[in-house]
Amino acid sequence: MRELVCIVCPRGCHLKIDDSLNVTGNACPRGEAYARAETTHPTRVVTSTVRLVGGQIPRLPVKTGAPVPKELIGSVMAELSRVTVTAPVKVGDVVISDVLGTGADVVATREIPETVKI
Amino acid sequence: MYELIVIGGGPAGLAAACEAWDAGLRRILIVERDKTLGGILNQCIHNGFGLTYFKEELTGPEYAHRFTQLLAKTGVEVRTDTMVLRITPDRRVHMTGPSCGYRIEEASSVILAMGCRERTRGAIGVPGARPAGVFTAGAAQRYVNVEGWMPGKRVVILGSGDIGLIMARRMTLEGAKVLACVEVMPYSGGLTRNIVQCLEDYKIPLYLSHTVTDVLGRDRVEKVIVSRVDENRRPIPGTEMEFACDTLLLSVGLIPENELTAAAGIRMDPRTKGAAVYENMETSLPGVFACGNVAHVHDLVDYVTRESQRAGAAAARFVLNGPAAGEEIPVENGPGVSYTVPQRVRPENVDKSLGIFFRVNRIFGRSRICVEAEGREVCGFDRERMAPGEMESVTVPKKLLAGVKGGLTVSVREVEK
Amino acid sequence: MYDVLIIGCGVVGAATAMELSRYKLSVAVAERENDVAVGTTKANSAILHAGYDPKPGTVMARLNVRGSQLAAEYCQKLDVPYRRCGSMVLAFSERDMETLGVLLDRGNRNGVPGLRILTGDEARQMEPELADTVLGALWAPTAAIVSPWELCLALAETAVKNGAELKLCTAVTGLERAEDHWRIHTNRGILEARYVVNAAGVDSDTVHDMAAPHDFDIRPSRGEYYLLDKAEGGRVNTVVFQCPSEKGKGVLVSPTVHGNLIVGPNAEASPKHDESTTAGGLDFVRETAKLSVPGVNFGQSIRNFAGVRANAGLDDFIIRIAAPGFLDLAGICSPGLTSAPAIGEYAAELLQGDGLRLEKKEHFEFHRRRIRFKELDEESRRELVSRDPAYGRVICRCETVTEGEILACFHTPIPPVSVDGVKRRTNAGMGRCQGGFCAPRVVELLSRELNVPAGEIVKDRAGMKILFEETKEVRGDV
Repeated sequence: MRELVCIVCPRGCHLKIDDSLNVTGNACPRGEAYARAETTHPTRVVTSTVRLVGGQIPRLPVKTGAPVPKELIGSVMAELSRVTVTAPVKVGDVVISDVLGTGADVVATREIPETVKI
Repeated sequence: MYELIVIGGGPAGLAAACEAWDAGLRRILIVERDKTLGGILNQCIHNGFGLTYFKEELTGPEYAHRFTQLLAKTGVEVRTDTMVLRITPDRRVHMTGPSCGYRIEEASSVILAMGCRERTRGAIGVPGARPAGVFTAGAAQRYVNVEGWMPGKRVVILGSGDIGLIMARRMTLEGAKVLACVEVMPYSGGLTRNIVQCLEDYKIPLYLSHTVTDVLGRDRVEKVIVSRVDENRRPIPGTEMEFACDTLLLSVGLIPENELTAAAGIRMDPRTKGAAVYENMETSLPGVFACGNVAHVHDLVDYVTRESQRAGAAAARFVLNGPAAGEEIPVENGPGVSYTVPQRVRPENVDKSLGIFFRVNRIFGRSRICVEAEGREVCGFDRERMAPGEMESVTVPKKLLAGVKGGLTVSVREVEK
Repeated sequence: MYDVLIIGCGVVGAATAMELSRYKLSVAVAERENDVAVGTTKANSAILHAGYDPKPGTVMARLNVRGSQLAAEYCQKLDVPYRRCGSMVLAFSERDMETLGVLLDRGNRNGVPGLRILTGDEARQMEPELADTVLGALWAPTAAIVSPWELCLALAETAVKNGAELKLCTAVTGLERAEDHWRIHTNRGILEARYVVNAAGVDSDTVHDMAAPHDFDIRPSRGEYYLLDKAEGGRVNTVVFQCPSEKGKGVLVSPTVHGNLIVGPNAEASPKHDESTTAGGLDFVRETAKLSVPGVNFGQSIRNFAGVRANAGLDDFIIRIAAPGFLDLAGICSPGLTSAPAIGEYAAELLQGDGLRLEKKEHFEFHRRRIRFKELDEESRRELVSRDPAYGRVICRCETVTEGEILACFHTPIPPVSVDGVKRRTNAGMGRCQGGFCAPRVVELLSRELNVPAGEIVKDRAGMKILFEETKEVRGDV
């Protein structure tokens, strides 16, 4: 039996999961899925930034479009350090596709119009 | 002459303006001091926004984007890079900006949506030296996420508010070492999920009932001293721990930004530090509404959106149908509750139900929220767990308000299992 | 070869430089830090004392009273925030009432105008927030409040405008007497001057010892303060002192020219440059202040700070020619800020007595104005923004400071090189959010105007870097 706090939503349900992966304490099905995933192969969505040129700010916020294995978070960050994006950017534009073979794309989360630097 | 001027283009202002448009107003102006709309959401690049409102998990910039897209479909006028300096009781709004110049606009109604600011080192009186390297968590967040600069490499965080927790993870991901998160209260001020995914995921220790009692370093922070505190939050001598670090981040609370509000003579609530509002988010100045973090500090933007829609709809009703009428009664906080929003209610003016936001003043296990009038329970709600860091809300059906005299009291009491 | 080299550009050095710049002389000021007014001048009570404290007959007494008059004139001419709000010294016991009598007598002998003893009720009528326990007060109508760093800056700028040379980041390491002049060793090479003026504040003993036999020690005394939000700024209208007693000088509660409330200081022996605050010191300040004004709401604190005073443990300033061509302006403790303009005047006199020829310049530029957007009326604001749109963009929300004002200070005789330097010149970052919102934007403006990367920008002194490196430097695993 393992106890964990659900991080799927701000409600923060206190979950219990037994060896046969039966989940209790969840208020919704997403909590059940979270508890199973967290026990077998924990994953997280990574949110960060990449270098940006041609926009009004020097960094573009990005996220992985799907959760990636927790142990790969550091490697994803290293991948993000290698990328420079040029404005204009639309929300959802793919910055890195299938990052590290996880199946998740890294996508832009902010719209950046092209600006002429003065 | 505008029907509505919305001051602030963050989540509160955007939702309020969209709602007022939908309710029939056509001459609406949003005044935003930054160069882009979205407010603080633009630097909150982490996810977790929108689960309640959009039923999906968005980052801050994405949440803002949803509303700027909605706004683009309306005819709402937007003036960015423009700061409001004064509002008069007759709803003249003084503003200044490099493109619009210094000008005064008149409005039939005004929505205050200026957000909040962070408490500082001076506000909490952290003693010690005054080197570079002490930042509020939000300022550090702007440097890292927007400007692309690291304000430190070895970090101690004072306060376990959500921004502090989020920054613990963010700084770690960008290569800094976060040594500790220190909280003076015996419980965290942030959401439990953030304790898990921002501290525990990265094995960052959380010291509850501790505080920073000294800062050392002449030019740059070199060390902070952390001590355990007693039940009166006084440091206990002999419990000092030393952390060699170059940065101290403060996440010690937010304060509604109400300079305009107070200067306009609007009645304030010392508990929320925002304007005292009615059921429709109207302030003591008729036709002037307040919503979002300027009214009271929220922890979830989804609630800001809902509350601001209420204000937007009410502003439209004020302009189109005239002032709200009816007797008014106070809403007060009873045992276990530190404040309520709204602070006053005009039952006649309540739509279908009355939403009351509040915070508890300590951790509660299984308990019952009671809304009472003259010692009689009007309605009650059960909860498994409540914490001061998590805003609560209850909805009272309008029919239960019939005949209520003297006011409502919201209180919380623990119940036996 | 300079005629005069002044060591230190706090308010005393700046006043002396300005006074000397009236004459046909080549004058230089060597300042160790990257800006003026960064020592004792920037961290004190910001009061211009009326002059009843110093012992009659001392140089201090004379310079205090004269300084208080000159400061009023200088502030008016040089656009320095100043308000003559008067001060009260409170008495809580019969013994205190006797002390008030002594202070009144001293003040009268020092030539302080308008002093009067008030009853407790009279005092409370003027200051309704005073404690019921106040028995009486000494009223001094000529006491004033001022922006100390802006006064220093205005004096230094005026000196520079009139030809004085300000050498920042120049630390004096030794003095060597040549035949008829001094060779001044600094971290940036050797300077030469016929006269040297020691205005080195808490380090004035060290500088003295470079030129003359050791005969005094600076025993630094640190004072800690609270600065409260403008919401508390009207708690009192005058400077409210307590009676000096065997327990100490007491703490004051005073409005500031910027509209805040200042409360402090305590007095503790400290190392020379230790501007730390302590929990104990701040507790003392809070508790002691409440004796005078019980209603002060310390929940409105926006900042704590501490300043170190250059006490020499004497009843008088140490102002004298200490060696040929070497003038000490040392041990300038309170009322040093008030006395500074008069110290400058007196310094010129003493140098003349030591052989320096003072011949007035035909033209002395004695004028300074800066735009304060916040204080303008609607019409002037409209006109200003249409002329220069940068004045329409508010950078500091709390104090309503515009980009135009910040950009303008880069074109003054002493431009800023730090975030706090911008703050001292424009008030940006002085408000309730303490730069939480505007500091990143001020860093951006400094970076642009000084043409250096944001990572090089300092908070105040050189070495106080704010940022470490750019993000996106993560290469390996976290």
